[in-house]
Amino acid sequence: MSQSNSYVIKFTVILTIVLGGLLSLASVLLRPIQQKSVEIDTKKQILGAVMSLEGKSNNDILSTYDAVIKSLVVDINGEEVKQDESGQPVIAEDVDVARMYKISPEKRKFPVFKYHKEGKEDDVLAYIFPVYGVGLWGPIWGFLALDTDFKTLKGVVFDHETETPGLGARITEGEVQNRFQNKKVYNESGELVSVTMLKGENNPSSRLDDHHVDGLSGATITAVGVNDMLKAYLKFYESYIKKAADGKIVAYIE
Amino acid sequence: MSAETATTPAVKQEEALLSKRRKKIIADPLNEDNPITIQVLGICSALAVTTQMKPTLTMAVSVIFVMVFSSLAISLLRNTIPSRVRIIVQLAVIATLVSLVNEVLKAFAFDMYKQLSVFVGLIITNCIVMGRLEAYALGNKPYDSVLDALGNALGYAWIILAVAFFRELLGSGRLFGFHVFEAIGVQNFPTNGLMVTPVGAFIILGIIIWVQRTKTGYVEH
Repeated sequence: MSQSNSYVIKFTVILTIVLGGLLSLASVLLRPIQQKSVEIDTKKQILGAVMSLEGKSNNDILSTYDAVIKSLVVDINGEEVKQDESGQPVIAEDVDVARMYKISPEKRKFPVFKYHKEGKEDDVLAYIFPVYGVGLWGPIWGFLALDTDFKTLKGVVFDHETETPGLGARITEGEVQNRFQNKKVYNESGELVSVTMLKGENNPSSRLDDHHVDGLSGATITAVGVNDMLKAYLKFYESYIKKAADGKIVAYIE
Repeated sequence: MSAETATTPAVKQEEALLSKRRKKIIADPLNEDNPITIQVLGICSALAVTTQMKPTLTMAVSVIFVMVFSSLAISLLRNTIPSRVRIIVQLAVIATLVSLVNEVLKAFAFDMYKQLSVFVGLIITNCIVMGRLEAYALGNKPYDSVLDALGNALGYAWIILAVAFFRELLGSGRLFGFHVFEAIGVQNFPTNGLMVTPVGAFIILGIIIWVQRTKTGYVEH
């Protein structure tokens, strides 16, 4: 059966309009739900750096977040940024870390999420910083929580877009993230050394000191990406960390 | 699209809803004419997603959905589709359905979406889907086409689930993320790293094909 050219063109045009319309409709209808999912997911990750969220409903997560997190935005020098270039107030939750990654560090905005005791904003328990980098196939990101001694990792969460399931994608697993707990990002002499994932898995415990954690078998490039990402962002936040640490000491003396 | 409103197409009076012939349309692809093990289609996703049970299950359900509805749509349109552009038309229908699955996952199962969106996108290139549209839905009535799609999708689903079962069990010592060996009292089960890599999937798949062909007596012509 052979059809005329005009029939073929008519058919494809109608098909394109119908299918395109269907997709646009789905996209418009589902967008509010998707945005809510993304917001919950981000807040879940921020909280996940400092507490276990197992068995918590989405509403619990949102209300817990409001109760224990106070956020601010700083620049590369650790100074708080309250307004953007056009005078609009800056909200830490709205800062797109992925987009910031593309501009030079001096111009970036760096969100800080202070985890405090419920209802007591001054009683800070941990400082949570977003991190962002590249894995094997695509972007990886996460949050790290620094204890109030400004040395010890309270916890980390990682996420990724396209790492290999079962290999690099394991960075999202609690078991892998727990390895970073209580590791130190500064050494005895106060130098930034970050925490490094070793190559290979089941390394002897003699190699796992304060600054090294066990690696991911079969996912060395993802692990290297994690290492680079942690180191880079700890460096970006170093001015702020130093300032916060000084402020803390002053507060103690008073 | 008219596909949604016509999920129960008229059935010829003479033939029962599940006649012997129709049962065969569903049953054949499960074993004797299995898309993966006999027709050797859809191998790439069978290797890629099967490291764990949970994503595999989501993948299987997504493929079933896409196959059934694309077959229905193509079969309903089979007399109007210009033969010169039929491949593009099939692709457009499949791609639309796959995008819908992706959007729905993003809205209602965000965790799964994050884990699977790459692979869900790859359903578009899964040869089984287009293979069945081209070979069956274009020339048969809607109801039969849906049965054929369902049979092939289930044939695909059970194979990838079987592969994932062994890969997750032997590769990570878990099933659906549950630590099986700890639960039955075996500590330090030596997990096999080979199973986590695609090589493991080839080995498992090879063994399944071997067992199946021994039983059915199938030989390549």
